[in-house]
Amino acid sequence: MIEGALEAAMAFFPRGTTQYLVGGVMVAAGIAVIYLGTAIIPGNSTFLETTLSYVSKVSRFNRPSYLASRDWRVVFALSIVAGAALWGLVLDPGPFVTRVQPWRLFGGGVLVGIGTRIGKGCTAGHGVCGLGSASVTSLVNVVLFVGVAIVTATVVAALGVTP
Amino acid sequence: MSRGADASDGSTDRHPLFLPLVVLGGLIQGFGLAYSGMARPEVVLDFLQFDDLGLILVMGGAAVVSGITFFVATTFLDRAPLTGDRYTRRMRSMDRNVAIGGVVFGVGWGVSGICPGAAYASLGIGNLPILWGIAGMFIGAYLQGYWRSRIRTDAAASVTADD
Repeated sequence: MIEGALEAAMAFFPRGTTQYLVGGVMVAAGIAVIYLGTAIIPGNSTFLETTLSYVSKVSRFNRPSYLASRDWRVVFALSIVAGAALWGLVLDPGPFVTRVQPWRLFGGGVLVGIGTRIGKGCTAGHGVCGLGSASVTSLVNVVLFVGVAIVTATVVAALGVTP
Repeated sequence: MSRGADASDGSTDRHPLFLPLVVLGGLIQGFGLAYSGMARPEVVLDFLQFDDLGLILVMGGAAVVSGITFFVATTFLDRAPLTGDRYTRRMRSMDRNVAIGGVVFGVGWGVSGICPGAAYASLGIGNLPILWGIAGMFIGAYLQGYWRSRIRTDAAASVTADD
C-alpha cells in the first residue's frame, strides 16, 4: 500500500529527487552563511535595482540603502555565477545551452524584472526567505506567482510553443 | 567599492570578513542552484506543467532550512558578529503591490522559466542565451523604477502646480 503510493509519487519526479533536495539545502546554506555572519537576508532581485544606480540617476535606484548595498550585491551575484560554474563547468563539465527561445527569455525576463520589484521580492526573497519567516505577505505573493506561472506556462504550451 | 565610497553612501565601515562571507554564501547558493537543475529553464517549465515537481523540493527544502536558521538565530543568538546587527525575520508589509507584483512575476516566470537567482546561476553553467533573460530583467526593473519615480514626482508636483 505504502509502496504503491510511493511509486505513484515518484512518477512526478522523473529525474529523481536527490539533486532537488541537496540543491535546495545548499541554496538555504548560502543564505544562512551570510545571514548568520551579518544578519542580512540576501535576496536576488534587489541586485537588479541597486546595480542600475551605477548607470541611472532615477531616484528610486539611488536610495541610501541601495547605494550602501550595491557593491556587495554585485559581488554576491558574481559569486552565484562562479558557484554555478564550479558545478556546471568543472565538476559536471559540458556547458548547458537552453533551447527555450530567446523571445521567451527576454519577454519573460522583462516581466520578471517588473514583477519582482513591484512585489518586493522573488523566488529567493519571498519563496525561500519569506516563507521561512512564516510571512503572510510572502505566502500571498508566492501563491499568486506560482499559480499564475502554472496557468501561463500551460497556455504557452497549448499554443504550440516548444520549447 | 572603496571604503571611502561606502562611508559617503551612509554605510558604516565594514568588517574585513564581510565581503569574503558574501562570496562564500554566493558560491554555495550558486552551486546549489546549478546542482538542483533550477539554472535550466526547461526544468522549471516542466514543474509548471506538472511533468516534474522537483522545484517544490528545492524551494520547500530551502524554505524549511531557512526557517530553522531564522528561528535559531532570532531565538538563541543576539547580534551578528560582522555587523553587530540584530537578527530578524524577512517581513514585508502587505499591500496591493505585493499582489500585482506576484501576478506580473508569475506571467514572466511562466513564459520564460527563469527567476533572478537561477538566471545568474544559468550564466555560470555556460548558458549564454540566458543573457537575453538577464537583459530583460534589468530593463523590467528599470521600467518599474522609472515609472515609480515619475508618479512620486508627479504626486509631489501636483500639490503646487495643477496641470
